[in-house]
Amino acid sequence: MATLFILAPFLLLIILNLPFKSLRRGIAFWLAAGLLLAQILSSALHQKLPAYIHPDSLGVFFSFKLSLDALALIMLFTIGIVALVALLVARATMATEKHKFNFINLLLISLIGMNATVLATDLFSLYVFIEATALSVFVLMAIEKNKFAIEGTFKYLVLSMIAGIFMLTAIAFFLLAAQDISFSGIRAAFLAHSNISLLNFAVALFLCGLFIKSGAVPFHGWVPDAYSESQAAVSVLLAGIITKVSGVYVLLRLFGTVFVASGNLQNVIMFVGAASIVLAALAAFRQSDIKRMLAYSSISQVGYIILALGCGTPLAYLGAVWHFFNHAVFKSLLFVNSASLEKKFGSTDMTIITGMGSQLPVTSVTSLVGLLSTAGIPPLSGFWSKLLIIIALFSAGKIAYAAVALLTGVLTLAYFLFLERNVFFMRTEMALESKEGVPFSLKLCEVMLAVITIAVGLGFPFILKILH
Amino acid sequence: MTIRLIRAVVGLALTSAILAVIMYRLNSPLAAVFELSVCSGLISVIFITTVSFTQRISKERLRVRKRERLAKFWLLPIILAVAGLLLTWYLKIPDFVLAAPSNGPDVRGIIWNLRHLDLFGQVIVLLAGVFGVVILFKEADK
Repeated sequence: MATLFILAPFLLLIILNLPFKSLRRGIAFWLAAGLLLAQILSSALHQKLPAYIHPDSLGVFFSFKLSLDALALIMLFTIGIVALVALLVARATMATEKHKFNFINLLLISLIGMNATVLATDLFSLYVFIEATALSVFVLMAIEKNKFAIEGTFKYLVLSMIAGIFMLTAIAFFLLAAQDISFSGIRAAFLAHSNISLLNFAVALFLCGLFIKSGAVPFHGWVPDAYSESQAAVSVLLAGIITKVSGVYVLLRLFGTVFVASGNLQNVIMFVGAASIVLAALAAFRQSDIKRMLAYSSISQVGYIILALGCGTPLAYLGAVWHFFNHAVFKSLLFVNSASLEKKFGSTDMTIITGMGSQLPVTSVTSLVGLLSTAGIPPLSGFWSKLLIIIALFSAGKIAYAAVALLTGVLTLAYFLFLERNVFFMRTEMALESKEGVPFSLKLCEVMLAVITIAVGLGFPFILKILH
Repeated sequence: MTIRLIRAVVGLALTSAILAVIMYRLNSPLAAVFELSVCSGLISVIFITTVSFTQRISKERLRVRKRERLAKFWLLPIILAVAGLLLTWYLKIPDFVLAAPSNGPDVRGIIWNLRHLDLFGQVIVLLAGVFGVVILFKEADK
């Protein structure tokens, strides 16, 4: 079963690039959408699938060492949802059939990379697939070929390479200290306290690489440019899932089940988390472009996950995993909203687009859901995951960090209400010329993601039971 | 400028080739092959492709730059040569040949039999590169 998550997109990629171009282009969208739906369903209903699908029968031909545990299933489910949304956004916003076809090919490559990152069981495989994902993203970002998109891509490329150097060097140290780079081997070395100072040094190096990939403060320089200058569909994919899987998921996996972080390291992680939460929220205030504001908000929300991870208690870990899922959903929703505005008015500048709520009722209502959930207002999904994180911090005696997490929620609400009031609900005499209507697929994405945000919030006890 | 850049690339390729010989002498033939094919071959091709996108500068400026650089660094090769000779004289390195790595598993065996997932990952990285070149550069040429 686990092997299928990697091989099915690969097979589709090959099929799409066989001869008969016109036929392939016609069906590419439907095949990719079918594949992503299959991923969502099979990861959600994994326990209920027929027994003959469960054993990895493909393992006879491919000796891939993969692990499909609960965390991996949640990640695969999230990847499926966000990738499907990005596919729908690309269909609605990309100019030509050729662009759409190129996007689908690169989406499939990044899907293979992300799925394999989630399923990998050793550090080197993890690194290889993080890089494979990053490579497809560089191309996706530069596909627009305007000056700012290229600049954003270049920043991401350079910092990503630096992150790669950190991670690769760390892997060499792990190999030296633990004589093994499989997760179980490294865990065993930590528990045996053999070469512990070398292991801690390797963890610190790896952590620097992951902070760059996650876009945490002070390694966040590339995030606003990368998110705001890419095409709408690429922004959704990048902000919604790719940076989360390449950076945040790896942090969750390694610090949850592989590394044993020392007290000092935990303090560093918590400090970086808290700094990301506060500084990015303050920076978001100064933005006049919606996508840049969302990018800073994304850094701030990633800070919550990192803070919870640094806390290290099981409740904090639960909060971190849940906030990962919630953040992927509501951030994708907000980027789809910005795509709708861009499609309708050709801009995402808040000084130009004012009081447009009446022209875009679906977008204005769904964006309100996304913004309130990001700010942690009950009963939406973001409230519960933030609450879990704050309770975990209080119970671990980290009162100051809990206060920071709580108070920054108010800051988040403030800048998002400013955005909402300006863009949708301000009364204005100025009539902005509408370029074109918002396509049905964008509205569908907005409604779908808003429904998930509300449903996850309302079904809190049920979800908590599943996560436990 | 372009010619000098290409000379630099050729210099890098030669250094890699010498490094490959040293690796071979140190009983690491596989590392030597990788060094020769990837660093000396593939990377040089990529550098030369990149250099081909650059533009020439005027001969006058080139001459001025050459003169400036010569004035700055004329002592460097002499210092390097003397230091090399002194080191060889005093350290008297007896032999470059080290013992072969102990009876660990063969690198080929590890790559082909134990690391299927990484090989698959390499295929995906290559595919992403190919798509990148086709999408970004093929259209740019047109």
